[in-house]
Amino acid sequence: MAVVEEIRPSSDALLKTRQPKRPANMGNYIRWLLLFFGGIAMVTPLAYMISTSLKWPHEVYNLQLIPNEPTIENYTYVLEDGRFYWWFLNSLIIATITTVCNVIFDSLVGYTLCKFRFPGRYIIFIAILSTLMIPTEMLVIPWYLMSQQFGWLDTYWGIMFPGLMTAFGTFLMKQFFETVPDDFIEAARIDGLNELQIWWTVAMPLVKPALAALAIFVFLGNWTAFIWPLIVTNSVDMYTLPVGLSSFGDEADVQWELIMTGAAISTLPTLVVFLIFQRFIIRGVVMAGLKG
Amino acid sequence: MADLIIRDLVKTYDKTEVLHGISLDVKDGEFVVFVGPSGCGKSTTLRLIAGLEDTTSGEIEIGGRVVNNLEPKDRDIAMVFQNYAIYPHMTVRKNIGFGLRSSNKSKAEKEKRIEEVAALLDMTPLLNRKPSQLSGGQRQRVAIGRAMVRDPAVFLFDEPLSNLDAQLRTQMRLEIKKLHQRVGSTIVFVTHDQVEAMTMADRIVIMKDGHIQQVGTPQEVYHKPANTFVARFIGAPSMNMLAGQVKDGAVVLAGGNAVPVPVAVPDGKKVLVGVRPEDLHPEGETSLLEGTVSLAEPLGHETLLYVETPSGEVISKADGRTPPGVGARVALHALKENLHLFDAETEQAIT
Repeated sequence: MAVVEEIRPSSDALLKTRQPKRPANMGNYIRWLLLFFGGIAMVTPLAYMISTSLKWPHEVYNLQLIPNEPTIENYTYVLEDGRFYWWFLNSLIIATITTVCNVIFDSLVGYTLCKFRFPGRYIIFIAILSTLMIPTEMLVIPWYLMSQQFGWLDTYWGIMFPGLMTAFGTFLMKQFFETVPDDFIEAARIDGLNELQIWWTVAMPLVKPALAALAIFVFLGNWTAFIWPLIVTNSVDMYTLPVGLSSFGDEADVQWELIMTGAAISTLPTLVVFLIFQRFIIRGVVMAGLKG
Repeated sequence: MADLIIRDLVKTYDKTEVLHGISLDVKDGEFVVFVGPSGCGKSTTLRLIAGLEDTTSGEIEIGGRVVNNLEPKDRDIAMVFQNYAIYPHMTVRKNIGFGLRSSNKSKAEKEKRIEEVAALLDMTPLLNRKPSQLSGGQRQRVAIGRAMVRDPAVFLFDEPLSNLDAQLRTQMRLEIKKLHQRVGSTIVFVTHDQVEAMTMADRIVIMKDGHIQQVGTPQEVYHKPANTFVARFIGAPSMNMLAGQVKDGAVVLAGGNAVPVPVAVPDGKKVLVGVRPEDLHPEGETSLLEGTVSLAEPLGHETLLYVETPSGEVISKADGRTPPGVGARVALHALKENLHLFDAETEQAIT
């Protein structure tokens, strides 16, 4: 979210440089005002997160943005605490594997549903879509019972398995594969590729922007996932970052300054992921504008 | 390079039959063009030959081998698609070389073959470009290169020129024809454009509603159309059809003019007399029709006249310099040998 915010002013700037002489009209002022408040709403929590991470414990409930006595003590504490690295690593492993699996499996199923004609195709698609309507809160208990029976509690597999494929990702990929002309696939078929090769060497490169978008969604979704990892993990070593951060402090005393410090550090990978994949998204949009 | 033989080819989708038993012999090295209005089954036929669709019944034979149950890649064919189907994420070199992936040639041999094909198509300087950096005509050439590189027995073209602008289309038409003369491969080309068909084909196959209407050289289908559909479809503007009835060995037209009939036709039979605009002139002694010019389209070297006659509106070609003006009364004249006679009921030619 924060990153999206940072892009917005520059696109505004673009707008201005394109029409330098034209006087701003009322509509533009309203637009800027809306953007301004939108921006404030997005940036404020982020600013408080950083501000709080720089405060001493006794200052946390003092809501001023600039701490009276700024300190990096919290950062030293969190980074010296060995558990933090474990949680960071856990989250990284889980989010990465889940992202890779989603990119492969969602697109494989989406491609099949989109480009092959077989009986029951439509019913399968509807069935997949309908799972979107079931909220996670409802699924948590069956997942837990299943994990318990299979002995997956407190394991990576247990944390990951519900998210290795998503109905949303399948739907997204199916829709994007609709934009790949059948001619490409038929040409490849005549050129002697088998169906799996066609999917991988022809269809996948053509939907790179969608894959990038999916990768961002899935990675961020898993990086910030809280409820399921909280329930399925027991040992502190298996905690993911959000679960671990929430464990700073006990029931009587939540150590907000430490939680915010951990949160500030944990936004870094999301920034990196976004910066890597946004290039593909932008290029994808540019390519879509060209014919052929 | 090889023969292509189609026998009683039938294709149904669900319960609708779209091809009703098509048979055709394409000789080795022949350039055959399938032409017809949209929905006539020409593209379906091509896709059946390619193996992209399953045949319902009938046989397809390429180079003496029945290929019905073979995968597209095993049929020894190559296909050029309407929207080129060249991959935007690969360079021209990779695109052209794509068809060689499954061959067991050495890497050096493959490279050499790619270079050869590129040279043949004048594409050598463009080999390392991506398709987005090419013009429409260049992309089409890449698509053709991709088909050529494997040296297939039969080339299949599915309306490859319809996405190009008019000028480029004429140019590519010429290039494909030259390429065929040089390489001498068997080509099956599908188009809806009768000019493309006429200019490129050794033989034209005219289709309508899943039936072949006529197979013949461009001269044959132009000068001896088998039925009124072919007569109207080939040639632009299309052939004038004048309704008439046979009486005493001659056809009497709506205006009362009589046209002698070269063959024996029973009295009272209703017929259509076909005459092409280019054979119908507003000058001469004996007239076939009289009427008033309602519209004139000057084309420079000639003028198209739309003439109101007792047989309806007919189109005539007049001289480009001194055509009769709108409203002028004209007597239209045609040579006897340029008249075509069709049965009004069956619409078949009477010869």
